[in-house]
Amino acid sequence: MKVAVVGAGPAGVRAVEALLAHDIRPVWIDEAMDGGGRIYQRPPAGLRRDAKTLYGFEAPRATALHAALDAAKPHADWRPETLVWNIRPGQRQLSTLSAGRQGVVEYDAAILCTGAMDRVVPVKGWTLPGVTTMGGAQIALKSQGCGIGQRVAFLGSGPLLWLVAYQYAKAGAEVVAVLDTTRFATKLAAAPGMLRGPATFAKGLYYIGWLRAHGIRIAEGVTPLAIEGAGSVSGISWRDARGGVHRVECDAVGLGWGLKPEAQLADLAGIPFAFDAAQHNWVPRRDAAGRTPVTGIYLAGDGSGIGGAEVAEVAGARAALALLQDAGRKVETAALDRKLASLGRFRVALEKAFPFPSHLAAGLPDDALFCRCEGLTVGELRATTTGPAIPAPELNRAKAISRAGMGRCQGRVCGAAAAEILAAQLGCSVAEVGRLRGQAPVKPIPLTATP
Amino acid sequence: MTETRCDVLIVGGGGAGCSAALHLALRGSRVVLLERGLVGGQASGVNYGGVRQQGRNPAELPIARKSREIWGRMKQLAGTEAEFTVTGHLKLARDDAEEANLIAYLDVAKQHGLPLRMIGRNALHGEYPWLGPKVLAGSFAPEDGSANPRLMTPALARAARDAGATLHERTEVMDYAHDGADFRLRTAAGDVFVAPVLLNLAGFWGGRVAEAFGEAVPIVPLSPNMLVTEPMGYFIEPNLGVVGGNVYLRQIPRGNVIIGGGHGESDPGQPGQTPWSRPIPEVTMEAAALAIALVPALEGVQVIRSWSGIDGQMPDRIPVIGPSSTTPGLFHAFGFSGHGFQLGPAIGAIMSELVLDGRTDIPLEPFRITRFGAAGQA
Repeated sequence: MKVAVVGAGPAGVRAVEALLAHDIRPVWIDEAMDGGGRIYQRPPAGLRRDAKTLYGFEAPRATALHAALDAAKPHADWRPETLVWNIRPGQRQLSTLSAGRQGVVEYDAAILCTGAMDRVVPVKGWTLPGVTTMGGAQIALKSQGCGIGQRVAFLGSGPLLWLVAYQYAKAGAEVVAVLDTTRFATKLAAAPGMLRGPATFAKGLYYIGWLRAHGIRIAEGVTPLAIEGAGSVSGISWRDARGGVHRVECDAVGLGWGLKPEAQLADLAGIPFAFDAAQHNWVPRRDAAGRTPVTGIYLAGDGSGIGGAEVAEVAGARAALALLQDAGRKVETAALDRKLASLGRFRVALEKAFPFPSHLAAGLPDDALFCRCEGLTVGELRATTTGPAIPAPELNRAKAISRAGMGRCQGRVCGAAAAEILAAQLGCSVAEVGRLRGQAPVKPIPLTATP
Repeated sequence: MTETRCDVLIVGGGGAGCSAALHLALRGSRVVLLERGLVGGQASGVNYGGVRQQGRNPAELPIARKSREIWGRMKQLAGTEAEFTVTGHLKLARDDAEEANLIAYLDVAKQHGLPLRMIGRNALHGEYPWLGPKVLAGSFAPEDGSANPRLMTPALARAARDAGATLHERTEVMDYAHDGADFRLRTAAGDVFVAPVLLNLAGFWGGRVAEAFGEAVPIVPLSPNMLVTEPMGYFIEPNLGVVGGNVYLRQIPRGNVIIGGGHGESDPGQPGQTPWSRPIPEVTMEAAALAIALVPALEGVQVIRSWSGIDGQMPDRIPVIGPSSTTPGLFHAFGFSGHGFQLGPAIGAIMSELVLDGRTDIPLEPFRITRFGAAGQA
C-alpha cells in the first residue's frame, strides 16, 4: 500500500509515527528543511539555542516532537524541501517540486497535514516595511534568532498576540504596546469554558500577567486606525473603547487575528468545504478521525480546521489509524477519540474568547489597501457590487471583476478580509459570499523548458 | 413556484447568451435568460481572451468580421471594452510545413477582407527580438487583439439587464417541452418559463438542449488548459499563436503572461450536478515548455495560477448555429469548439436578427445542425 503524508509538523510527525508502527513506510513530504511545522520550526544548523529559549513553555513538547521526527525520518521515504503543488484525486497523484525539479508521487492513500497561516485583517499602512504577521514575527525569533524590529507593537487578537509579545520582551526587544481588538469582557465571558484546558489557559494568563508586571502598555477593545510612516513604520495609532485616540512610536508591527487553514490541497482534492462559525473559517469536510468524502484522502492538524498543536498531534495519529482501519487493519482508537473530544471543547471556548473581528474588515475606509499583490483598495472591491459588470453576488465573481486574490498569494492573505468586506457591502453573511476556489499551483512554481 | 411568460427565452449565460439578451432587449423584446451557474462561468469566462480573426475556418470569418465591428464599439454597447486592446495577432511557424500553412491562409484572408501581413524570418526576429530561434516566420493580423474574458460576459449581462432583459443566475432548467406554440421550461426550483421562442446558447450543454428536442449532435466537452504567470516587465505586445495551436500566449500591460495549450480534464455532470474541470499538471508543464521555445525569456518566471472550464467541441471544430430542424421557434448557437469568445458578441446580434427579422446577412449554412446526419452521427 502506497501512503503519502504531506507535512512534518505536529500532525504529520504523529501520523508517520503511527504508520511506521504498523509497518507502513510512507512517502513523507515537507516544504521546510527539517520539519517541525511552523510552531516547532527548527533553527538552521548554525544557530545554537536551547529548546527552552526557543519554545518556552512548549519546550518539552517541541523536544518530544523533534525526537519523534528524527526517529521517523530514516524509516520513511523522507523528502524535505519539497512542495506539493497539485493533487489529482482521480489518478491518486501528487505533483511535487523540489530543488527546481518536477516530480509525481503516486499514492493509494494520503494524509494531508498542511498546517495553517496567519489570518490578517488589513489596517491602513499594513504594507509598510516593518509590518509582519504575528506568526512571521515569531518564526523570525525562533528560527533566525532575530526580531522584526527594536521597538515593536503587536496588534491583533488571540493567544499568539500575548505569547509573541512575551517572547519578544523576553528576547530583549522593546515591546511598546500590545493592542488587543477583543474587549476584556468578551474574553472574561469565555473564561469558564477555557478552564477545560487549564494548562493552556494558565499559560495565557501567565503571559498577560508577565507583560503587565513589566509595565508593558496593554490596550483591549481597540480599533486600529493606522500604521504610520514614510517608507517604513514609525508609529501606530488606535482608538480605545471609549473613543480616545492614541499613538505610539515604533519601528515594527506584528499583527494577526488567529489562524486560517492552509487547505488548498484539500480543496484541489475535491473535498467539500463548510463555513465553521465558531472559528470563522472555511474548513474541509472530515469526520472526527480525519476521513474525508474523497476516497483515500485523510486530513489532520490545523489544515483541516484550527485546533492547535496539541490537537494536531492526536489528530495526526488518529488519521493514520483511520487509514489503517479502512485498509482492514485492527487498531485501538478509543483513547485517542476521547482525547480529541475533550480538546475540542476547549477549542470552542477559545474561539469565543477571541472572535474574528469582522467589523474591522467591514469598516475599513475605501482608500485602505487590502489586496497587496494587485494593489487594490477596499473601495475597488466594494465597487464590484455596482457597475459596470453585473453585481458580484459572491467572492469569485468579485475576484474576476476586481482582481482581488489574483496575485502571487492567490488570496491566501487577503481572501478572508475580502469576504468580510464583500459580505458587509452586500448585507449578507460571510458564509453566503463563499470562498475563493482553489487553483493549482498551491504556491508559485517556475516555468521550465525541461519538465 | 411561479410561471413567467416572455417573448424570448435564452438558455445559457455565456458571451453569446448575454449578447443575445442585450441585442433583443435593445430592440424591445421581453427576454428572460436562464443560467445554471453564474454568467460567464464556463467557456466564456475561463478562455484565453483572444479576439482573433486570423486562422479561423473560412466559414466563421463572416461572423468574426461582424463581431470585430461590435468589439470596436463595445464601450458604447456594454459600458466597458473589457480591456479589449488591438495589439495585433502574430501567428508563428516553427517549421517549413507550418510556414506553408501561413502562406496558404493569405488567400482565405484576402477573400474575406481580413488584413494580414506575412513576415519572413529576418524581419520577424528584427521586429520581435525576444522570439526564440526556432521561430521561422509569422503572419501578423493588425486588427486582432485580446480582451479580458472575466470582465466581458458580466458586462454584457449588466448591459442586458439595464436594457430590460431579465437574468436568472443559479437557475438550472431541468425539463424542456414544446406544446406546438410555446416552449415550457421548468427549473430545478420548480418555476416555469413560457415563450414562443427559445434560444439554445448553452455551450457544451447546448447538446443536451438539442437532444431534448430530438436533434442530438456529436458534441464532446473541451477544457482548455490555462495558466498565468506573475507579472514581469511588459515586452510581448502582440497576441501570439502558432500553426496547429498547441500553445498560445499574451502579456497584459500590467505584466502577467497568460499561456494556454493542450487540454485539461472535466466532467460536465448530469442535470442537477455541479460540473467540474481542472488543468492537468503534465499539460501545464508541456505548455510551459512550448511557450519558452517561442519566448525564451519566460524561463524561470513563476506560474501563479492555472485553470480550466468546459466548452463544447464539434467533430468539424465549428459550432452549430441556426434554426432547429425539428421545432419551430428554437434557434441554436453552441459548440464553439474552443474559439467562441471573439464570436460571442456577433452571435447575439445574429440571434436577434433571426428572431426579429427572420433572416440574417451572415451565411449560416455551414453551421446547420443537420450536417452530422441521422441520430447525431458525424
